[in-house]
Amino acid sequence: MNIFYLPRRDAITLAVFALVVLTMPIWLVPFGAAYPGLMQKFAIFAIFAVGYNVLFGLTGYLSFGHAAFLGVGSYTAVWTFKLMTMNVIPAMIFAVIVSGLFALAIGFVSLRRSGIYFSILTLAFAQMCYNLAYSVLTPITNGETALQLTINDPRVLDLMFSERGAGLPSPSLLGQGMSGIEAFYVVAVVLLIAFYIAQKIFVSPFGMMLRAIKSNQTRMHYTGFNTRPYALTAFVISGMYAGLAGSLLAATDPLAGAERMQWTASGEVVLMTILGGVGTLIGPVIGAWLIKYFENIFSGFNDAMLHHTFSWLPQGAQDVVVAITSKFVGEGWQLSLGLIFVLVVVFLPGGVMEGIRRFSSIFRNRREPGPTGALKTSPAE
Amino acid sequence: METILAQLLNGLDKGGAYALIALGLTLVFGTLGVVNFAHGALFMLGAFCAVAFRQFITYETVTLDPTKLSPWGAPLEIKTPMAQIWFGDFGAVLINWSVPISILLAIPVMLVIGIAMERGLIKHFYKRAHMDQILVTFGLAIVLQEVVKAIFGANPISQPMPVELRGSADIGAMLGLTPGMVTYPIWRLIYFLFSASIIGAVFAFLRLTTFGMVVRAGMADRETVGILGINIDRRFTIMFGLAAVVAGLAGVMYTPLVPPNYHLGMDFLVLSFVVVVVGGMGSLPGAVAAGFLLGILQSFASMTEIKAIIPGIDQIIIYLVAVVILLVRPRGLLGRRGVMET
Repeated sequence: MNIFYLPRRDAITLAVFALVVLTMPIWLVPFGAAYPGLMQKFAIFAIFAVGYNVLFGLTGYLSFGHAAFLGVGSYTAVWTFKLMTMNVIPAMIFAVIVSGLFALAIGFVSLRRSGIYFSILTLAFAQMCYNLAYSVLTPITNGETALQLTINDPRVLDLMFSERGAGLPSPSLLGQGMSGIEAFYVVAVVLLIAFYIAQKIFVSPFGMMLRAIKSNQTRMHYTGFNTRPYALTAFVISGMYAGLAGSLLAATDPLAGAERMQWTASGEVVLMTILGGVGTLIGPVIGAWLIKYFENIFSGFNDAMLHHTFSWLPQGAQDVVVAITSKFVGEGWQLSLGLIFVLVVVFLPGGVMEGIRRFSSIFRNRREPGPTGALKTSPAE
Repeated sequence: METILAQLLNGLDKGGAYALIALGLTLVFGTLGVVNFAHGALFMLGAFCAVAFRQFITYETVTLDPTKLSPWGAPLEIKTPMAQIWFGDFGAVLINWSVPISILLAIPVMLVIGIAMERGLIKHFYKRAHMDQILVTFGLAIVLQEVVKAIFGANPISQPMPVELRGSADIGAMLGLTPGMVTYPIWRLIYFLFSASIIGAVFAFLRLTTFGMVVRAGMADRETVGILGINIDRRFTIMFGLAAVVAGLAGVMYTPLVPPNYHLGMDFLVLSFVVVVVGGMGSLPGAVAAGFLLGILQSFASMTEIKAIIPGIDQIIIYLVAVVILLVRPRGLLGRRGVMET
């Protein structure tokens, strides 16, 4: 059997997904989001969320510390740029390896507990990384100023083949510059590969094992399986995804700061996964896109734009409406995010994907006992 | 000796804050079985009760004094805080003592917020997995802190302590050591005493009153208490309100030490969760003991001598302790057997 084989259904999903991702510059135009910087973020955070979902969606282990791996990936990538070459491929490879090693160490300890203890352990480790990056590890992380490229970096490999240029070099892929729309396509292709690998994991026996961990770990133990190596593998894989995303963040903007590792950043990827639909393949991607879209578009709104939007209202009502809505956009967009998140957890635990499912089942007019929310099953405690 | 005493004292006020928040977290977990990620936000809301109170009473009305001129020739502006207009000299006292007085405001406000939170949102989550509880309270915490940010802005707002309580007390001299060696800011001493008395009050409430007895019975076996015809749910709701008050008061009194901003709660939340885990999920004495213990450990770890041996230890000591405790003794220092031990 061909190792690249995917079931027909998944192959179609992949094809449609590829089409959607690669035509982003076209269909995002009416949404006002078709600029490269934002689309790069869409693709990068989709990778992050897809990887996070391999852990949380399949095994049910809620990690609150994945931003640490994102940060480690970024730092590794920037150091590769500084020390070896501006080519992004070695940076990506090293970032994946190093963050994988971090994930191995942290996961090995954290996975000895499950449920809320696991969440708190990962949170503790991530905070430890964050605090260290800010304080003692300043020689490596450059602390608050963030790690940056400088003109005098060694860049051993690059300088073997060419003279030191006058300006600050920028990351490249085999001589092709990594900026604007080209960078988006590079990131998009990486996203497609990452998505394909996640699909393979979902349909593989290994993925089945992870799902079994989520539904009933105790029974797995009784059946004679040692679940920890499987959970640890899932943890490492998701850590590597996070590292990859971090290296791509550094590749599109060669800068690595500690705030990427803060636990609010870990919380963000949880939000993405829940919002989109935990345990589904497409869901986390949608969640990542929605959050990044709202972050950019909502936070760009200001009072003048609101007055324009509500100009059809009478003057007094317009002022009131603007005064209220202005709290939810611009600086306050996170308020809307929090509210949406609470509403989703309360009413739609399966996220957007469950919403779509419910919606389509209304139209099909078929009363099937729809799949219960993915969140309802919890790891055995 | 002096240094050790000084560090011990330094850890006490922070430990007091940790203990109070962890106490509330444990109360909520022990009674309602909910893992409340929004508890730090309650601490922050308490701090902002003090801020709101002070901003209200110091709201200034500007009058012009035509007889005097300011250095640049315009009529002198006399700014009078609102409290002074209403109450005269008593207003000035009010402003000076605004932080302790806002406790009176914070108690009812936090009680209402706590009960509204429990009745409005959290009660729908008793039957759902702990994961869902974490997620929904995490979302709630974001909402609360963003609401505060929308009202008070993103910058920290410093709260002065009463003039009489500024300065330091010479603890060393009181204990018969060399004077001037161990001094300690009075307000931090007050914070420690305050948190100790709140903790004592909560324990007394649970131990000595009938209400507390019923609540303890409900913590042990909720169903049986319910069968006996006691409305245990309502009592648990009140306990949630009480936990909110405890967190809020901890926040009010902490404002002179650290100017509160909207993410104060989040900063403390992560730490107090660690405290709860170290103390033992569901154990009230454990939460208190671990709170003070970690506060003191942290202050010892920030000593230059220790930092010279292990650089950066002050940043990570609490997390490190938590990791070790969770791996070695998962139920925590004083945790009951079988309570979320896996």
